[in-house]
Amino acid sequence: MNTSERVRNFLAENFLLDSNGFTLDDDASLLEKGVVDSSGILELTAFIEEAFGIEVADEELVPDNFDSVNRITAYVKSKT
Amino acid sequence: MCGIVGTLSCHGGGPVEARTVRRMLAAIRHRGPDEFGVYLFNHQQCSLGLGNARLSIIDLAGGQQPISNEDGTKWIVFNGEIFNYIELRKQLEGLGHRMATDCDTEVVLHLFEQYGPECLEHLNGQFALAIWDETAGELFLARDRCGIRPLYYTRQAGRLVFASEIKAILAHDGVSAELDPVAIDQVFTYWSAISPRTAFGQIRSLPPGHWLTVGRDGEGRDGEVGQGRYFRVAFPAAGSEPHRNLDTAADQLRELLIDAIRLRLRADVPVGAYLSGGLDSSAITALTHRCTSNRLETFSIAFTDKAFDESDFQWQMARHLGTRHHLITCSHADIGRVFPDVVRHAETPIMRTGPAPLFMLSELVRKQGFKVVLTGEGADEFLAGYNLFKEAKVRRFWARQPDSAGRPALLGRLYQYIADLPSGNIAYLRKFFGQGLAETSSPTYSHDLRWRNTGRTKRLFCESMQTAIARAAEDSSGAAGPSERGLHELDLPGDFDRLSPLAQAQYLEAAIFLPEYLLSSQGDRMGMAHSVEGRFPFLDHRVIEFCGRLAPRLKLCGLNEKHLLKHAMREMLPEVVCARRKQPYRAPIHASFFPDGKPLPWVSEAVSAESLESAGCFNPSAVGRLVKKVERFGSLGETDDMALAGVLSTQLVHRQFVADFRTPADLSAEENVKTVIRTGRSPVATSQLPV
Repeated sequence: MNTSERVRNFLAENFLLDSNGFTLDDDASLLEKGVVDSSGILELTAFIEEAFGIEVADEELVPDNFDSVNRITAYVKSKT
Repeated sequence: MCGIVGTLSCHGGGPVEARTVRRMLAAIRHRGPDEFGVYLFNHQQCSLGLGNARLSIIDLAGGQQPISNEDGTKWIVFNGEIFNYIELRKQLEGLGHRMATDCDTEVVLHLFEQYGPECLEHLNGQFALAIWDETAGELFLARDRCGIRPLYYTRQAGRLVFASEIKAILAHDGVSAELDPVAIDQVFTYWSAISPRTAFGQIRSLPPGHWLTVGRDGEGRDGEVGQGRYFRVAFPAAGSEPHRNLDTAADQLRELLIDAIRLRLRADVPVGAYLSGGLDSSAITALTHRCTSNRLETFSIAFTDKAFDESDFQWQMARHLGTRHHLITCSHADIGRVFPDVVRHAETPIMRTGPAPLFMLSELVRKQGFKVVLTGEGADEFLAGYNLFKEAKVRRFWARQPDSAGRPALLGRLYQYIADLPSGNIAYLRKFFGQGLAETSSPTYSHDLRWRNTGRTKRLFCESMQTAIARAAEDSSGAAGPSERGLHELDLPGDFDRLSPLAQAQYLEAAIFLPEYLLSSQGDRMGMAHSVEGRFPFLDHRVIEFCGRLAPRLKLCGLNEKHLLKHAMREMLPEVVCARRKQPYRAPIHASFFPDGKPLPWVSEAVSAESLESAGCFNPSAVGRLVKKVERFGSLGETDDMALAGVLSTQLVHRQFVADFRTPADLSAEENVKTVIRTGRSPVATSQLPV
């Protein structure tokens, strides 16, 4: 399973709670679509760190890196 | 304080039997249980039964209901207290009325006799009432201004059946209920259904500040059920608020609160006070201390989970005033244990566990021998205490310069979790709180973001639920969706767009959250579960009307909430109480239902596929994923916590009221029941024995 698929699965399982998988566009803003709220970002960060063995620095915790499947994938790739 | 019930049939529904009314009363025995009353009027054209379960507080010996006027042509059953009953009684006696008891209930009846529905404007109190006029053949129902006391009704099988609680309505033969998808949609958006909706499609709530009349032919005089509104929370147009001087307003507020408390100390039983540790209950307790020479007894909740506990502040206040202080400690296990009972009393899905500790607190109060407590609800709505008001103010300020870095950073002063975000960087803050930033002309600007966020919980709805909600939206004219229709049902005042932004936000809180959740699920229901009456000095209508005329900066000064109240109380409260950061009242959720990550037995049953399919509200696989999150992570974010409470409570409501409602047995022979039977001529019988 590649990075994007793992991220989509995590979002579907834990935020959308949807058995149909991640049904949004990979560029869709997770905040604007109501997938993740302002406190959910911490949950998402914990998953990224654990699933991909990386450490998210404070200054990296920004929407540019985390607010869509594509952004998360690009961020993870940049750290691995 | 009591409970009332009734059933009216004007189309040959047959005579009402006493046991019908008694069974309804048995369902709300907890709202008494000192004594009971039944009134029957069985005439050829119509049959009526009224009932009262009494919690005796004023005129203990003489106030048993039902009560009639001098010639027995009008009868009342009443739930509540009229605090200015002594003054009203004097006026009525001066007009020639003669009363047989010393209680406030009789005063209300005579006031109605004198003024008709306009009598409601004279009342300073909290109440739900039913008055039957035998001569006119009319039933008059009414509810207090703020919705402190409940009143529900249904029209099924040609009968109007009403009661203080839905369980009493369901105890009536031939009455049933189903969950209302639109109401559930509203709960999962606004935290409650909006009156007149309830969680049940066929059952309505009489909105606060309203009355309803039903005529002898089963309809009102014009073939319509008569309904009127006698009170609405009002604010003047922005900039025209008359009270603008801080010191003068502080003196006036203090005087009004002292008089409100003085009236609310009128009781033939001892009165205690709730003490949360926050400003509002501390203010009430401090002012009450000034009004009585008796040593005041105070009651508080402590939590074993320190994240929620305020007991240090409670003890500080109790020591400052020298009260005799009682504390109940609430654990996760306690909340999990009592939650099904809490929901049975609340009679609606709830998105929080906040009512549970209050359920336990009222039990403590009762065990200590108290029937009445003063409490601080209302200040956050009318004196601007909520973080929501500050959030809206910051967002409007930010909207004027959307690219500002500093303006959104002010939100960190409101919410601890924002301050806890790594590095305190505001990027996510901007993204989340910036949604809809520019829509400042929306009448619900203050609440849109919160409702949208809470609405994320609706992703758990099953397809049939979503279809039912969408269909209801198509049926609704002129509304974008059922939630918006809820706002249409709210009936905003015509001059709403001329109010200050703060007043608009306050109005929405006072019209939705206050009556439908705070005073109901957390207030009346949790108190009355253990026969304890709450009294609310901040909800004295004179205090509300005064606060409505305050300039916004006296309420929210910069980001300093309840500025006027703090100023008014600065010499009576410890500095630490006035200076304390606003702590919203919360209780733990997921830890209460999943101790050590494992569901309690009733939780497992509630989220089983079979139960979920039976209720037909939620997608079993989505609920399963939510449960797995709790089991795996042992924690949940705020929205998921609300979703969990919402799902579990909805499942409980379905089981307790739809799938498996247990009709109560009759009142027992030992219970003190006054029964009055009339046929429209002379009274046939009045007895203290069951019929």
